[in-house]
Amino acid sequence: MTCCNVDVGKILKEYSEEKGNLMEILHKIQNSSKENYICDDCMKKISDYTKLPLNKLYGVTSFYTMFSNKKRGKYVIRMCESCPCHVLGAEAVINSFVDELGIKVGETTKDGKFTLEHCACLGLCAVAPAVMINEDVHGNLKPEMVKDIIAKYE
Amino acid sequence: MKNINITIDGKEYQVPENYTILEACKQAGIEIPVLCYHPDLRPEGSCRLCVVEIEGMRTFQPSCAYPVNEGMKVKTNTKEVRDARKMALELILSRHPQDCLVCERNNSCELQKLAAEFNMTDIYFSNELPAFKTEDESGVIVREHQKCINCGRCVRACQEVQSVNALEFFNRGYEKLVLPTGNKKLHETTCTYCGQCITVCPTGALHERDETDMVWNWIEDPNIHVVVQTAPAIRVSIGEEMGMEPGYLSTEKLVGSLRKLGFDKVFDTDFAADLTIIEEGHELLHRLKNNGTLPMITSCSPGWIKFMETFYSDLIPNVSSCKSPQQMFGALAKTYYVEKAQIDASKVKVVSIMPCTAKKYECNRPEMKDSGYQDVDVVLTTRELAKMIKIAGINFAEIKGEKYDAPLGISTGAAAIFGASGGVMEAALRTVYEVVTNTELENIDLKMVRGMEGVKEATVAVGNLDVKVAITNGLSNARKILDKIRAGEADYHFIEIMCCPGGCIGGGGQPRPTSPDKRKARMDAIYCEDCNMELRKSHKNPAIDTLYKEFLKEPLGEKSHHLLHTKYTKRDSNV
Repeated sequence: MTCCNVDVGKILKEYSEEKGNLMEILHKIQNSSKENYICDDCMKKISDYTKLPLNKLYGVTSFYTMFSNKKRGKYVIRMCESCPCHVLGAEAVINSFVDELGIKVGETTKDGKFTLEHCACLGLCAVAPAVMINEDVHGNLKPEMVKDIIAKYE
Repeated sequence: MKNINITIDGKEYQVPENYTILEACKQAGIEIPVLCYHPDLRPEGSCRLCVVEIEGMRTFQPSCAYPVNEGMKVKTNTKEVRDARKMALELILSRHPQDCLVCERNNSCELQKLAAEFNMTDIYFSNELPAFKTEDESGVIVREHQKCINCGRCVRACQEVQSVNALEFFNRGYEKLVLPTGNKKLHETTCTYCGQCITVCPTGALHERDETDMVWNWIEDPNIHVVVQTAPAIRVSIGEEMGMEPGYLSTEKLVGSLRKLGFDKVFDTDFAADLTIIEEGHELLHRLKNNGTLPMITSCSPGWIKFMETFYSDLIPNVSSCKSPQQMFGALAKTYYVEKAQIDASKVKVVSIMPCTAKKYECNRPEMKDSGYQDVDVVLTTRELAKMIKIAGINFAEIKGEKYDAPLGISTGAAAIFGASGGVMEAALRTVYEVVTNTELENIDLKMVRGMEGVKEATVAVGNLDVKVAITNGLSNARKILDKIRAGEADYHFIEIMCCPGGCIGGGGQPRPTSPDKRKARMDAIYCEDCNMELRKSHKNPAIDTLYKEFLKEPLGEKSHHLLHTKYTKRDSNV
């Protein structure tokens, strides 16, 4: 896999080498990537810098659904799949995303614009069912609202 | 250590305050079922099979991870506890294949044994199997991942015992699984093929690649001359795999069985171990005399060698250039032996019986072809040999003992102890002392270098020189000494490093399940073998004498360098 062209060295220099910084480093590098992911090359550089074994880093990035080691779209749609959202109709909402975008959960649209994902509780139970699209929150969703939401993203 | 009072199932006991509930129960004679717990590893408490009821606690607690405290009241055998354990086991079994009859671990599987003990005649949950492909690209370690129960023992062995970090949990919840780094194949990672993951795996999810078919075919073929060598640690473990008690010393039964299996010559890696001492001893003396790189580190353990090439390649100059005894044997079998026996080397196959999975990797290293052929053709583990003995219908308990063939089967007690941590050091010191001082070493039992401790240090007076030595077993322990060398804080002359806990007696190819007690029994047996031998110093081995006279001429000579020494390769540590 080719490198995602993020200036990892510059980002790493902002942090001391202790392991406690790992989550922030991972977020920052992922956010700097145009494709919303942390490439294998970056993983190695982070491992070198933090002295954390590479396998541990992959353990962390695969544990948290927010992180990805695979290329994703410009916008990542995260559909909460926790109980409150599920009870209030998350499945119908996600099916609506699937129909509108023409991709399955876990896939990216051909134009590289959207990636559709499930994720663990977003903490937005008060406005369930909810999705996050990159940093934006959309709550109290109904399947028919999906088309307009997608249209907002260029 | 202070004792505390604890009540288990209504009876009072006194146990050391640092015990877990599981250990207290064991002392009280109560067996608690376990799966993720292993005596060699840090307790994790994830399988929930060992849960107990503790008075005053809202929920059941895993006894393997829960420390005892004063006045604690524990119940291990209530209906609720039994039901909770059964449910945990049913959930595990609901994702485990049930084709036990055709599994590598049939009859030696810990999960199968528990299912029997729980009288599991029916499983409430439907059987849902994740679709995983068997991975055997490394040619050494096979991962049948569909049989994995996520107990995490392999992960802890790889990370904590060996500090190799080739395995880790990926994903979470229902999708959680063990994978090599970055979802690559094992051979693309830092894996050293030590096989410690195999020795702790409770199921058939991890095992060595079975290569017995190839050996059977060679034995059957009248045109092939099949030579077998047995590592020092096999004689103290093959009996265990054949149903005898751990530490059963069965050197002569082993030889008898191998001859009955049809090997043309039954030789001993111990011969090559004696030779290693001569070469390595002289290499050490050469370094001491000529201001060579010190400390010198042993090179017998192929898992350690790959670890060193991966994580400590800057220390390559410190590592002895001697091949391991198995590879020295292979190179000599296809040169010296064939010349003596007047056999065509191309018709000879060398089979090694090793306590080790990394030896399978070692014999296939591209540089191990100095005889003009692949020096060692195939390596079988203790477990694979036991399979051959069983299928051949050999009654191991009853078989008559026999002796190794000459000349590559003649050895000393110094070679036998190569199988235990500290053994190579002791054997080397016995020889170096006498070579340097020209006087006889009176007490040859150098007990200060023996034992199971992870790191041992000693100073031995050899003539005018106080030789400082260190011995480690288990790769995380090796790191402690290696980091000292790197930091310039070590003033050792000679260091012995063995990859596996306790040395080769705890190797990745040894009988399962393993435990500190079993390794201790094997270690005791190996020193017993040494005691029983007439010759106990490598330089007194008459066959080695003859070998130098007839063939090699001198230690570290031209022929030795060509056949018995090797080079190492720097490898990437960040893969």
